[in-house]
Amino acid sequence: MRELDIAAIDDNLNTVLDLVSEEMEKMDCPPKIIIKMTVAVEEIFVNISHYAYGEGTGNAKILVETKEDPRGISITFIDSGVPYDPLKKEDPDINLSAEERQIGGLGIYMVKQTVDEIDYRYEDGKNILHVFKSF
Amino acid sequence: MTINTKQEGSKMTITLEGRLDTLTAPELEEVIKEQLHGITDLVFDLKDIAYVSSAGLRVLLAAQKVMNRQGNMVIRNANEDVMEIFDVTGFVDILNIES
Repeated sequence: MRELDIAAIDDNLNTVLDLVSEEMEKMDCPPKIIIKMTVAVEEIFVNISHYAYGEGTGNAKILVETKEDPRGISITFIDSGVPYDPLKKEDPDINLSAEERQIGGLGIYMVKQTVDEIDYRYEDGKNILHVFKSF
Repeated sequence: MTINTKQEGSKMTITLEGRLDTLTAPELEEVIKEQLHGITDLVFDLKDIAYVSSAGLRVLLAAQKVMNRQGNMVIRNANEDVMEIFDVTGFVDILNIES
């Protein structure tokens, strides 16, 4: 298990992405899946950095655990920001034209399309979002 | 990400290299805001783009909206991973993607 506890700011995005891809590479995960998970992790981390603490700042804790059976990666994102369940966000209508398209919700939609499991809970004043991707 | 723009008359080609993500999308947004005046043909060459996140999609959508009003926009050389992102998000129907 690897753990990262860092300020939830965009500048730390690459640190988070490096950790996740490093762990996946160690497991000989196919590059295609690493790329997909990189996008998914970006969407989740950036959501925290942009919205969890309003105008202020705070930390995000990221727990990365590789699993053998089934083989895959489990990532948990924890923040102490405003309670927010991204799974409640309605999926965007992906059939609308460019002019009609609403861009909100696209990030979490991409996450849902990528991972095999996703769950959210609010516990002890913390948002806890967990994803699992098998490979 | 590296952004290279090449303009010939009213045609512009923007070649991107790297990741079009949260950290780099704002640079491209600046180019789109400032350099598309009088452009009727816009080409995005994505051959060296590894992936596009939602922040990147947002900028490509903004460019498409501008070009819907003043001409044409084409996406070229998107790799398989980028194509999959366009596919999953329905951007295949919004953008004019040359295979």
